[in-house]
Amino acid sequence: MSNLDAETVQFVRETMIPPSAPPGRETGAVKWMRENLFSSWFNVIMTLLAIWFIWHFFVPMIPWFVNGVWNADSLRECREILDGRTGGCFAVLSERWKQLLFGFYPQTEYWRPILMFIWLAVAAAPIMFDNLPRKLLIATAIYPFAMVWLIWGGSIWGVLSVAAGFGLGYVAFKFADRKLEGLIPLLVGLAVAVVWWLFLRGPVAGGLQSILPFGLPSVGSRELGGFLICLIIGVSGIALSLPIGIILALGRISNLPLVKMICVGFIEFIRGVPLITLLFVASLLLNYFLPPKVTFDLVLRVIVMVTLFSSAYLAEVIRGGLAALPKGQYEAADALGLSYWQAQRLIIMPQALKISIPGIVNSFIGLFMDTSLVMFIGIFDMLGLAKAIRANTAWIGIYWELYIFIGLVFWVCCFGMSQYSQWLERKLRTDHH
Amino acid sequence: MTAATDPDDSSGFKLSQLIYDTRYRAITIQVLTVLAVGWMAWELIGNLMSNLAARGKDVSFGFLLNPANYDITESLIPFSSTDTNLRATFVGLLNTLLVAFLGCILALIIGITAGVLRLSNNWIVAKLMTVYVEAFRNIPILLWIIAVFALLTEATPAPSAFRGDDPTSTMKLWDTVAITNRGTYIPRPIFEPGMGLVAIAFVLSIIGAIFFVRWSKKRFLETGKTLPNFWIALAIVFGVTALVFLVMGMPVSWSLPALTGFNFQGGLQINNPFLALWFALSLFTGAFIAEIVRGGILSVSKGQTEAAFALGMRPSKTMNLVILPQALRVIIPPIISQFLNLTKNSSLALAIGYVDLRGTIGGTTMNVTGRELECVILMMAIYLVISLIISSAMNLYNASVKLKER
Repeated sequence: MSNLDAETVQFVRETMIPPSAPPGRETGAVKWMRENLFSSWFNVIMTLLAIWFIWHFFVPMIPWFVNGVWNADSLRECREILDGRTGGCFAVLSERWKQLLFGFYPQTEYWRPILMFIWLAVAAAPIMFDNLPRKLLIATAIYPFAMVWLIWGGSIWGVLSVAAGFGLGYVAFKFADRKLEGLIPLLVGLAVAVVWWLFLRGPVAGGLQSILPFGLPSVGSRELGGFLICLIIGVSGIALSLPIGIILALGRISNLPLVKMICVGFIEFIRGVPLITLLFVASLLLNYFLPPKVTFDLVLRVIVMVTLFSSAYLAEVIRGGLAALPKGQYEAADALGLSYWQAQRLIIMPQALKISIPGIVNSFIGLFMDTSLVMFIGIFDMLGLAKAIRANTAWIGIYWELYIFIGLVFWVCCFGMSQYSQWLERKLRTDHH
Repeated sequence: MTAATDPDDSSGFKLSQLIYDTRYRAITIQVLTVLAVGWMAWELIGNLMSNLAARGKDVSFGFLLNPANYDITESLIPFSSTDTNLRATFVGLLNTLLVAFLGCILALIIGITAGVLRLSNNWIVAKLMTVYVEAFRNIPILLWIIAVFALLTEATPAPSAFRGDDPTSTMKLWDTVAITNRGTYIPRPIFEPGMGLVAIAFVLSIIGAIFFVRWSKKRFLETGKTLPNFWIALAIVFGVTALVFLVMGMPVSWSLPALTGFNFQGGLQINNPFLALWFALSLFTGAFIAEIVRGGILSVSKGQTEAAFALGMRPSKTMNLVILPQALRVIIPPIISQFLNLTKNSSLALAIGYVDLRGTIGGTTMNVTGRELECVILMMAIYLVISLIISSAMNLYNASVKLKER
């Protein structure tokens, strides 16, 4: 058939026509703008509104930043230098940035918090990225003790003896594990560690200090402040609240009615009250509930409260992850004959935690932002310092420069965390979308 | 959960079964947990008693009925310093509820707008909304509250700037609104006698509109004929109310703020602490709601829209009958918990001096009476009750929209 057709056709094109250029309105910037800015009359109005908004609110900021004064001793001097032009007085930052970062930490000892920052990065890296050498985890394990010693100073034997308690407990656990079964080795390890901490640690640390004195100058909690205190409270809270949150979540879905009741009560109570009231309890009421003459460091109390607060929220997030797990996973673990803790460790938790990563990181971000609340109980974090600086006669009337700096510091930390969580979610995704 | 070892019936009960037999282990663990918690509670209460005794204090809520001896500048109900602490607490509670209620409404409006616009195909608007959401979600609410308050108090003109023949500042919106560093003044409506009838007409017309919508739905199910329900209901409510309003001779007049002497008089003064708290809470929570709304809309798969179109539904019907019912199931529970967060965050009013629940019972009353324990317990209890009410409302809603699995 087609052969016949071909014979009757007079002309057959053997080469393709070169494609002609698309019409001008369908290419390049014009097309992009037509599609993304002016696709309908509604979008035209929205675009114009957005441009008006940017013009009125963001464009005036440019000269403010460009003309900014970085060297001056007071706001008055800034205004003299600016001579009527618009401009920020960033001199307050060049004068006080160390204070905003480290609080009232002694200037000669700044290397300690700086080393702590660097060590934190090294310690967090192997947890965050699993393609790094596992040996880095040693730095992570030492970090809690190193952080306490670097920041608060004092005799190194004090910190080492506390760490030794963990070591002794572990050795005792391993030793008992060879002879005994079940939970008993764990209890033996715990008992050994507690006995060491309560009765032997003090004398041993004191003795070692008198034989081989070595330590850093002590820095009191009162001298901590600024970004440093946010980081200390935030990192401690994050590290401590995850395990507590997991336990609470497991308690809440357990089939032991009394355990479940206690966990539900705790979670609902903590989630029902504002953090600030818990901080008030820590700063005002804790003395009522402790035996006479026992006092806790204020920073420690805050860490405890922030941890409890965050762990209740984490428990709910993890409970969501546990609930989202198909029931077959639990049944399969049972069918394999795994014990409760084995099933949790090998089957349930890895999957449940993976599902709840976004929620967990959101909780961490919330916890980190909540550290700014400590200004209410007399700790000079960045906002507390900003208040103090604004009360200073030299800088009275300054606000945006300080708030932008503080906001930027928080933003970088929190945005970084959320980007990391999105990356992790993509990496761990096992389905094919 | 674990592989239970069968108990050996012949030898009877052995002590080790308390640990190794899953039937008894559950009891062992629970008894131990309760003992531990009970012991802790016992210790804490014992310490509390001995500490209170050592300081010569007792636990008593009698101070609530004593005169408060302080003034509250912002109060929804009349309050003077001779009123009781209990009334002061109630004033604080009302202020908390006021800012929380208005904050929830504004946050919802901002959040839905930003969430929908972030999905818009308008590049510049979508990017602007992304900037808004990421900026507010990643900076502490406390900083926003303080910054907005600083903006309102330091970047706005003093009332004196409005004075003279050539004032440096002028009132906004055709001379009805004055924004000053002492607060914002807006017109205040003064209701005259006939206004009660208008209000009654308004309520009755809403009831009428509800009945109309019910009737229309019933008619639709029986005959398949549709009416523009929304517009007719709107017309009923506003038509009737406006008619009564006109018939009664417009029984409302406005008290406008005007500069007399050194300050504005007349109108309604909205204090800066309240405004700052309201805006900051709404903008902060709005950013979270925007993300929830965006996630909810994205969670409805595209196939649903396509299926609705294939059935011949118009876009508006598709939205109302297919997308929204599914998206709302995802959206509403987290939004309610954001409302809960907003309510709890309103306690940060402390930073800018808005007198809320924390400012009365947890602030001045506590300092005046020196009863920290009672005040903090009472404050926590009130917040807890508010939270429990909101979360039980959420549970009711969740139960009602739960997928019916058969």
